[in-house]
Amino acid sequence: MKPADIGILIVDDEASVRDALYKWFKFDGYRVDTAEEATSALKKLQEDSWEIVLLDIKMPGMDGLELQRQIKKIDKDIITIIITAFASVDTSIQALKEGAFDYIVKPIDPDDMSHLIRNAVEQRRLLTENMQLRQQIEEISYPEEIVGESPALKKVMDKVATVAQTDSTVMIRGESGTGKELIARAIHSNSNRRYFPIITINCGSYAEGLLESELFGHEKGAFTGALYRRRGKLEMADKGTIFLDEIGNIGEKMQMDLLRVIETRQFTRLGGDKLISVDFRIISATNKDLEKAVREGSFREDLYYRLNVFSITLPQLRERKSDIALIARFFVNKYSQSMNKTVTDLSPETLDMLMRYHWPGNIRELRNVIERAMVGARGPRIEVSDLAFPFHPSSKLSSEETLEAVEKNHIKDILDRTGGNVAQAAGILKISRLTLYNKIGKYRLKK
Amino acid sequence: MFYIYIVPISGQGLGCIEELQRCVEHAFGVKTKCRAFNVNLPDTFDPHRKQYNSSLILRQLIAAPPADAYKILGITGMDLFIPILTYVFGEAQLDGIGAVVSLHRLNNQFYGLPENPGLMHDRLLKEAVHELGHTFGLLHCFHPGCVLNASTYVEDIDQKSRELCFTCRETIRLK
Repeated sequence: MKPADIGILIVDDEASVRDALYKWFKFDGYRVDTAEEATSALKKLQEDSWEIVLLDIKMPGMDGLELQRQIKKIDKDIITIIITAFASVDTSIQALKEGAFDYIVKPIDPDDMSHLIRNAVEQRRLLTENMQLRQQIEEISYPEEIVGESPALKKVMDKVATVAQTDSTVMIRGESGTGKELIARAIHSNSNRRYFPIITINCGSYAEGLLESELFGHEKGAFTGALYRRRGKLEMADKGTIFLDEIGNIGEKMQMDLLRVIETRQFTRLGGDKLISVDFRIISATNKDLEKAVREGSFREDLYYRLNVFSITLPQLRERKSDIALIARFFVNKYSQSMNKTVTDLSPETLDMLMRYHWPGNIRELRNVIERAMVGARGPRIEVSDLAFPFHPSSKLSSEETLEAVEKNHIKDILDRTGGNVAQAAGILKISRLTLYNKIGKYRLKK
Repeated sequence: MFYIYIVPISGQGLGCIEELQRCVEHAFGVKTKCRAFNVNLPDTFDPHRKQYNSSLILRQLIAAPPADAYKILGITGMDLFIPILTYVFGEAQLDGIGAVVSLHRLNNQFYGLPENPGLMHDRLLKEAVHELGHTFGLLHCFHPGCVLNASTYVEDIDQKSRELCFTCRETIRLK
């Protein structure tokens, strides 16, 4: 911030003070104006934008304290500095309590004045920067990777918008690769906790003791290798959100510890005795059948109810086929930028093939398929031949199809891929050529 | 032809007036004249602060400028103040005609140090060019060596040169 970007308004009934300060700040290049009493000061504050206001505490009419209250109503971020004589320091302290940045006792040492203004300008710069960063966070509040227009996804996003405004505990259900973490981040980013961190912990990737240490932290010497104190993820999530991924994978002791933390919002670090209070929201996710786990006794029922206050179930990709083209194009665009490729689209045949696949790995699998195809793609579009071998379109698999229909479609696909080479197709299908000939005849397929 | 008038106010022997004139002429490319003006110092004295109000001195200095006066620089040995600050080394009118500089706090003796007339004169030359620079419309300069760099302590004055930096010189030329 250059001095010219900072506006300083001086409010004092003494002309000599106004003039002296005006000149002092003008020489430093600031934008300066003066007002001799509160009414004209408020008028100038309404008409223009001021970053710093220096105001005399004792003025005829509205005094400095009241003027400061009025200023804060106009813009709470304006930095106010009180000018006072020694006799009214008590009032200045009151002004500090009401939000003044600092106060000047007349006369002030020139160096102190320079420091004071430098600090005030720095404070204002930080405030501005903070607001800009918040704005940037607002703009990315919905992770851009949540792509789709299907009714199933819209329903999920409606639920996200509803629950984000509350502080409720949320459980996200869905198959692997459906985007549970993205949804957790979307909830956090749209909640009042968005300016604080969202801390993710994959409960499935830690052994019991390690998970405890990760979550609660530990004191120095708590166990072999604990060379220094370490804050746990719960502490890091203070005022924010903790995202417990794969919650269905935690052991019995951890379930008990977690239940206690959820109920009391307090815990101790491993090897410590100091109770630490934290304020966090919990979002958990699982691809397991927790109800079954509760019935079987491997998951605590009380913890289940604590975590499952608001539930969001994510649709499988095969249930939102209308989104496949959008998602595929999104990843093409993303990887064309990161790989510096000129690929801009997918051929209609490729899209058709993607639509016919049943995507057991959901969006994660689709992303990997596109990424692999992008690596090999040479033209402006991804062609069927760019799709890597392990990926192949399944037949039009759906829960309504008969076994015969599935078999017929699968054999047809393999024959298509081998160009009608029966020996090669039989090798892939791991059946004899004779059997394949029989099935081709039975289903009236072309070789 | 117009001149920068250098006006000794306190009657205190400056001892470096010719050097000051050369320095000012070099900085601004304007000829100087040294003249005494009628300034009533007791009128500017504040008995509570035991200091002299620089704004009031400035007002007297520019009250009746000679017809050929381009700028007027008063030099005094008195301790100067402006109402909000405990002291000032000098004061100037931004883009105006008048400036005043005090020797009082440029003297090492003020800080309990042995007298050093050479250092005091060096500081005076810098402050004179600094305050006159303001009368040419120059603001404080962020270039560390520039004479227009702001000085709140006497040590700050010792850190800078007597010269205007390239940017400040360019600014004056453009005006």
